[in-house]
Amino acid sequence: MNWLQKIMTPKTRAPSAAGGKGKVPEGVWEKCAGCGTVLYKPELEKSLMVCPKCGHHHAISARARLAAFFDEGSTTELWPKMEAVDALKFKDQKKYKDRVAAAQKNTGEKDALIAMSGRLLERPLVAVAFEFSFMGGSMGSVVGEKFARAAEKALAEKSGLVCFSATGGARMQEGLFSLMQMAKTSAALARMRDAGVPYISVLTHPTTGGVSASLGMLGDLNVAEPKALIGFAGPRVIEQTVRETLPEGFQRSEFLVDHGAVDVIVDRREMRDKLGSILGILQKAPRAAA
Amino acid sequence: MNPNFLDFEQPIAELEAKIEELRHASSGQAFNIDEEVGRLREKLKVKTAEIFRNLTPWQVSQVSRHPARPYTLDYIQAMCEEFHELKGDRMFADDQAIVGGLARINGRSIMIVGHQKGRDTKSKVKRNFGMPRPEGYRKALRLFKLAERFHIPVFTFIDTAGAWPGINAEERGQSEAIARNLLEMADLRVPVICTVTGEGGSGGALAIGVGDRTLMLQYSTYSVITPEGCASILWKSADKAKDAAEVMGLTAPRLLENGLIDKIVREPLGGAHRNPQSMAIRLKAVLLNELDALETLSTDELLERRYKRLRAYGAFSEG
Repeated sequence: MNWLQKIMTPKTRAPSAAGGKGKVPEGVWEKCAGCGTVLYKPELEKSLMVCPKCGHHHAISARARLAAFFDEGSTTELWPKMEAVDALKFKDQKKYKDRVAAAQKNTGEKDALIAMSGRLLERPLVAVAFEFSFMGGSMGSVVGEKFARAAEKALAEKSGLVCFSATGGARMQEGLFSLMQMAKTSAALARMRDAGVPYISVLTHPTTGGVSASLGMLGDLNVAEPKALIGFAGPRVIEQTVRETLPEGFQRSEFLVDHGAVDVIVDRREMRDKLGSILGILQKAPRAAA
Repeated sequence: MNPNFLDFEQPIAELEAKIEELRHASSGQAFNIDEEVGRLREKLKVKTAEIFRNLTPWQVSQVSRHPARPYTLDYIQAMCEEFHELKGDRMFADDQAIVGGLARINGRSIMIVGHQKGRDTKSKVKRNFGMPRPEGYRKALRLFKLAERFHIPVFTFIDTAGAWPGINAEERGQSEAIARNLLEMADLRVPVICTVTGEGGSGGALAIGVGDRTLMLQYSTYSVITPEGCASILWKSADKAKDAAEVMGLTAPRLLENGLIDKIVREPLGGAHRNPQSMAIRLKAVLLNELDALETLSTDELLERRYKRLRAYGAFSEG
């Protein structure tokens, strides 16, 4: 098991172990990780991977998320060909090149961020989503560049940007290039802020490390999905450092709301309407028809 | 084995001890040992140069966190005619892992902010081993904004293993504090020159590291994670830190080659800790020189160039 698989919950690990996109041999039933109810998979997908019984939010692919978020049929994918370059010729137990190739094969994606422009409640919007199953949604040069371009596009159009994060943080295999993506994406967001173009950061399970400590926490609004793990350091690192057991619910969305780091928790099934309404108010657009 | 010397520095320690011994033995004696001491000094110089010419990335990592390496307050003391430390984030506390204040260098007004480690056990604890909590980053931001208000350029000195990964830091928004600094520094309307003086550890380093120029001392390191952290994740063993350091590309020459930093400031023979005073004087000259160049730009030009520079970081292909 590699480190990415290790930090994934058994739930998120399952699809790639089964061979990824397109090949789903495990059948049509899925047990809810929250309440244990056996769910009919097409039903679960229809409710955006949220358990209809207990509301547990299962992992959802970046593509499925964006498709469900935008107005139907309004989307265009942005910069779909962008790929990682192994600038450091990085090799640990595996070559970085091979890890990327394997992740591409397993996920059908080029890298860990998908960017799209489209319409939300009929108003133009740019949105990006992290694909956690691609190397733990880690941010290297491709993720940073796509995000910065998305911010610049939203700025040029004066539309708005929404980001759904799901990531372990910066991608180690690109060394300092990865760290600098934190500065790059934050600089692009500074320009949006100065121009009054809204940016909403949606933190989903999990969002930690260098992404949390840059574009993740810089929303005009920081929104979280229920019970998502959100933090700078991962729980294991903290436990090893302080040698204490972590309190119940530590670094979960509800904890972040209590500590003032997140504005509001929004159920995935209501995300579209809620963010659409908020953006409408921020941008002083007339109220969209329900 | 002398604990104030790294293992590969032991030959230096031995030669130094020999010289010291000779000088001690000869005091009050009639015979002349100058010649012998001179010979040993020359040998010491050659040996030191030889050791430092061939440092591996892992050895450079060790030099970057050498127990005798100069820290921010050492540089401040050696560089500034005046320094007035300013404390606290005005919200929660004063984090002593970051120090900052108003300085006068060659008569010029400068805001200095840097990580600060301790030397002995007590001061190490007081400084939290140079690992800031959110209030440290918020203090830094307060000082950056103060500098902006009075049109005073900013120098930052980076030397941390990383931001503190503790329960209290998470409760007070470590991520937000770091993120906020990245955004605000990208936008700060005064020249900002960042120097990695020791360990440039991840987001905790970058949180005071966004600016117009990034300098690195010759034997400092800058990386996305510590070699130990990288090793324990990718190799499942912190003992592989040496291997991790090799592939991470964290030394100044590698980073300059990759266009991730702007300049390397040469260290005295045997590293900054062998001659902190001369290191500080050299760094001061480089900093003032860089500042002169930045001050020829208008604020809009400065910010445009800073943005282009930050925006250019990255290596990717588009099919």
